[in-house]
Amino acid sequence: MNIVVCIKQVPDTTQVRIDPVTNTLIREGVQSIINPFDVYAIEEGVRLKERFGGKVTVITMGPPQAEAVLRESISMGCDEGVLVSDRAFAGSDTLATGYTLARAINKIKDVDMIICGKQASDGDTAQVGPGIATQLDIPQVTYVKKIEEIANGKAKIERMTEEGFEIVETSMPCLITVVKEINEPRIPSLKGRMAAKKAVILAWKAIDLDIEENRLGLTGSPTWVSKIFTPPPRPKGQMFEGDPEESATNLVDLLKNHIG
Amino acid sequence: MSIQINNDKCTGCTICLKVCPFSALSMSNKKAVIDLDKCTLCGACQDSCNFKAIEIKREASRTPNLEAYKGVWVFGEQKRGAVQPVVYELLGKGRELADKLGVELSCVILGHNVKGKCQELIFRGADNVYVVDAPELEHFLDEPYTNVLVNLIRKYRPEIFLCGATVIGRSLISRVAVKIHTGLTADCTGLDVDTKERFLLQTRPAFGGNIMATILSKNHRPQMSTVRHKVFKEAVVNPNRKGKIIEEVIPKVLLKSRTKLLDVVEEITSTANIAEADIIVSGGRGMKGPENFALLEELAKVLGGAVGSSRAAVDSGWMPYSHQVGQTGKTVCPKIYIACGISGQIQHLVGMQSSDIIIAINQDPSAPIFTVATYGIVGDLFQVVPLLTRKFKEALNR
Repeated sequence: MNIVVCIKQVPDTTQVRIDPVTNTLIREGVQSIINPFDVYAIEEGVRLKERFGGKVTVITMGPPQAEAVLRESISMGCDEGVLVSDRAFAGSDTLATGYTLARAINKIKDVDMIICGKQASDGDTAQVGPGIATQLDIPQVTYVKKIEEIANGKAKIERMTEEGFEIVETSMPCLITVVKEINEPRIPSLKGRMAAKKAVILAWKAIDLDIEENRLGLTGSPTWVSKIFTPPPRPKGQMFEGDPEESATNLVDLLKNHIG
Repeated sequence: MSIQINNDKCTGCTICLKVCPFSALSMSNKKAVIDLDKCTLCGACQDSCNFKAIEIKREASRTPNLEAYKGVWVFGEQKRGAVQPVVYELLGKGRELADKLGVELSCVILGHNVKGKCQELIFRGADNVYVVDAPELEHFLDEPYTNVLVNLIRKYRPEIFLCGATVIGRSLISRVAVKIHTGLTADCTGLDVDTKERFLLQTRPAFGGNIMATILSKNHRPQMSTVRHKVFKEAVVNPNRKGKIIEEVIPKVLLKSRTKLLDVVEEITSTANIAEADIIVSGGRGMKGPENFALLEELAKVLGGAVGSSRAAVDSGWMPYSHQVGQTGKTVCPKIYIACGISGQIQHLVGMQSSDIIIAINQDPSAPIFTVATYGIVGDLFQVVPLLTRKFKEALNR
């Protein structure tokens, strides 16, 4: 199987703190990590390779420093890393990002399956995976929690819904987005880390892709951020300190009429 | 497309450095400079600059015949023939937007034997209901659903298209927006219109939640947004409302799918669904272990609510993921949210801060959860929660 895993480098949001004075994010010292949902995509790609043979190419679009997350993926068992990076891509919204990644994946010939995390932890849109599938005109299955079987150019897949799950069959090539229930990602082995250190990361710029320039970056992005603001804080609440018995009594008195 | 700092205008005030979410700005010779490898052209600096020293240039593509796009549409998601509650919420907001713009509100419903659902959509505010009824559309499948919506959008050209940020909605509408080549903004928490320019002002949390961004699709139509369940209030039913039901026939070739649905499995959970609950009692790291969640279940039972959890408790394996509240879990908007032993990281706050009343119980008086709390109890939850359970039992006669 020829598998492509798409990943994104994101700030580690569990480290993000708010500056109490300016009420803005403190980004200093915040590390960049692989989008947590993409780690499951990497693991699933590597597991499919172990089951069916083949190759896993991991691809990311981002600034030059995103190379680090590609190396980390290789340490988990991916074979090759591709960094899609160019000033022309800056300011891409989900439409331009999906287009650019689709063009890059098109350069990797004969792909059977593309795996993405269900969404990125910094943007939370869940739009790029389906965007890539649409640009490539292949079927997609989102929120995948299990790949039951792959045979005869078809994949039988379980996808999560609000109420439970569905079992679907899709023709391949296809794109799936995965949820964290799908597997438990491995810790990179020593051998993996060595391979990651030595690996040659391919770097593709706009000029290396068969791509229309006006569909890239800010120019190719229909959505514009017109305003950024801090939401008004909630009015200050009432605090109860001291005797727990008294606090509980006061609270119950305040709330009992709100409970139907 | 480019970003530039005009050194004649830059006063070196450093405000832009503070607002840049990507640390792309620094000072050199008392002027701001941009590291283009870090800059994503998000516009935060341009917005913050009081001296108009930062300029972002862009030449834009544009939907042809943009002025011809009129009207507000809502995707009428149904599952097993049941219209999902988020549709009624979107009809409420959609009605408001349509009235401001002076246009009609339409709802589009796809399925099999769903014609009976149309009248309710009119009672909830739709002027028109477009219904596509075919056996191939009985259950959601990405490709035929996408093809139908793309077909209808090209035919009727709505200027705004709203869709629930559900499992189906997120999958489907991402595909539709790409095919139509228009902008899509996910998880909007506020929607309004600029009546002069006819822009949809789409507000959503950005960069992890404590900054809000207003996003526009100035040059593309329809302007598409998804909204999570429970963000807007449901439209009220008005049985006197009149509207049109329009049956659309779609060429069979567009209903083909390379994906087949084999089976639907519903998992029954013992606890109430937190997304629907009016009262949620949630626990975090301060619960110290899975066994202690029984305390929260007792309180939730007395109040007729559900039990939620922070990510910390889910990651520790104390609670299943389906109970997780927050950025990577569910967004909830109950009447009462009781946070027990939850410190209140941003990721948690963005998932519950629109609750009507928030109660925080925590030993640490400086825990961020108290900044959003309507009522805060500084104390030991292992004392306070059982007391609340007992006192609510007495007060409510349960």
